[in-house]
Amino acid sequence: MGFKRKKGDGDGEEMESDGRGKPSFNGGGQRHVILPSMIKNKDKRSKVYAKQKHEKKLEKQKKIRERDAAEKRALELGEEPPQKQIPKTIENTRESDETVCRPDDEELFADIDADEFNPVLRREVTPKILITTCRFNSTRGPAFISELLSVIPNSHYQKRGTYDLKKIVEYATKKDFTSLIVVHTNRREPDALLIIGLPNGPTAHFKLSNLVLRKDIKNHGNPTSHEPELVLNNFTTRLGNRVGRFFQSLFPPDPNFRGRRVVTFHNQRDFIFFRHHRYIFDTKEIKPSDKGKDGVAQERVKPRLQECGPRFTLKLVTLQHGTFDTKGGEFEWVHKPEMDTSRRRFFL
Amino acid sequence: MQHDEVIWQVIRHKHCSYMAKIETGIFCRNQYNVTGICNRSSCPLANSRYATIRDHDGVFYLYMKTIERAHMPNNLWERIKLPRNYEQALEMIDKHLLYWPKLLQHKVKQRLTKMTQMRIRMRKLALKTREVIVPMPRRQMKREQRREDKAEKAALLDKAIETELLTRLKTGIYNDIYNYPEPLFNKILDDGKEIVKEVEEEDEEVGVIEYVEGDDELEEEMEDMEDFSGFPSKESYLEDSDDEDEDDAEEQVVIHKKGRALKKSDDNGKSKKKSRVVVEVEQEDGGTRASLKSLKL
Repeated sequence: MGFKRKKGDGDGEEMESDGRGKPSFNGGGQRHVILPSMIKNKDKRSKVYAKQKHEKKLEKQKKIRERDAAEKRALELGEEPPQKQIPKTIENTRESDETVCRPDDEELFADIDADEFNPVLRREVTPKILITTCRFNSTRGPAFISELLSVIPNSHYQKRGTYDLKKIVEYATKKDFTSLIVVHTNRREPDALLIIGLPNGPTAHFKLSNLVLRKDIKNHGNPTSHEPELVLNNFTTRLGNRVGRFFQSLFPPDPNFRGRRVVTFHNQRDFIFFRHHRYIFDTKEIKPSDKGKDGVAQERVKPRLQECGPRFTLKLVTLQHGTFDTKGGEFEWVHKPEMDTSRRRFFL
Repeated sequence: MQHDEVIWQVIRHKHCSYMAKIETGIFCRNQYNVTGICNRSSCPLANSRYATIRDHDGVFYLYMKTIERAHMPNNLWERIKLPRNYEQALEMIDKHLLYWPKLLQHKVKQRLTKMTQMRIRMRKLALKTREVIVPMPRRQMKREQRREDKAEKAALLDKAIETELLTRLKTGIYNDIYNYPEPLFNKILDDGKEIVKEVEEEDEEVGVIEYVEGDDELEEEMEDMEDFSGFPSKESYLEDSDDEDEDDAEEQVVIHKKGRALKKSDDNGKSKKKSRVVVEVEQEDGGTRASLKSLKL
């Protein structure tokens, strides 16, 4: 079952003449690649496929050998070795996003000046956090909440009762809280985190996963009550920037460096990893390098980390403009399953 | 001609599409049924004169059917809108169903009551925020988990945090913190500050620099290992006698000459480790040393 060869099909990759599965040449004398899927005969098809795979493998091996030989030759001759190829990673091949923040963006700065986190971040207001749960609390919930209380300075816990969330928001605004965190439980595990900025701040709904409590971490440290330093990594887009500032508004803006506490929110492929460490700087002697550059042993400063506090991962589900209002609110960003179709597209 | 009885016989014993038999009873699915149960008196098909209440968008209507209109299915049911007020609605029902069978009147009023109660409850619920149950497709959950694991591996968190801290260090915001950097810290200590833990190390360093050569001389001179037994006890009070070093500097020289034999042994032991300690031991009384010796050995 062949298909008619069209005139314009000069370097057509799939060509089959009369279903025989043999290579055919066009007028230009180019070789065409036979797709094994076009061959109906299973025996023949498997043979052709195996042969193609083998050829590909040989080609690849040849390339690698050439590359290695070239590098070795260059080193021997004392010249610069040819540039090493950079492997492609998902981060390298990320789909270009027009909302990535540029360092000279006027609009960005204007937005930042006008956003809801300003009072806290400009030190006009000290952050005060209220933590509560959903209506039914679970096994790991209270432990997680007590750890959160130790991580975030100036935070308070209150039991949920059966109050409506909107009522709780009102109550918190009245009592001068700057943020409200609701820990939601599902199947006896904390499952989601709802962070609401007050008085009219955005509402972020995060999915929580991979929670590891302090007692389950080996060699964990115990955090002190100094204000922690914040590390916010990889929040590149506008949305990411906003979320990053949201996290920043939970913590007091002046860290106490003597406490040597660092809280990290690291964004990787739209997953935000939370870590809490105590650090100290050590000087370490590094041995003289093999390349013979420095014969002298150098001292290098290296920070050492001791993990304390919980470890979890967050993923943004929705970001809403005002306080919690699912029906009438204006959503800035909602996660839809169709956004997951591309493996190289990220939003934060 | 109306033949309710015949209709009923056929429906009940043969087949009725509206009938639903459940373990608790027989129910009627017909929209015009007053009670909802399949009964001779409640069946809208088998009763030529019938009345119901139906709800349309929160408004209640009284529906009535009479024999006179039985041949016109188009206009069979007469519909009257009931007022929103419960008492007024009841009065209206009374007015329209006057001279109707008592059973029907009673059932219609019961239905009205039930429906008003339901209406009140639905309105109250609509005002509250309710938790929505969302389905979680398993494939997506698995995919998310997989992606998260890969992202975590790609993130190299510890390294990232360490590099960030290092860059911050280089910008100099930590420079007024006392516990970094260590060499500087030690240097400050060498200048004479006494902080208990650090002093030992400092002593070692300083001791090494100062005394190595001296010890060598002594070692060469010494040949006997007679006093070697005294060695361990002396080490034990290295730490204690720190403070007395400087005070007894002058005495050192004197004792040095006198207790040379002892000193040699001390030196022997100390030259291996901390030579400065040798001096300290000499300054103290022989008595103390002896007592310590007895303790140790």
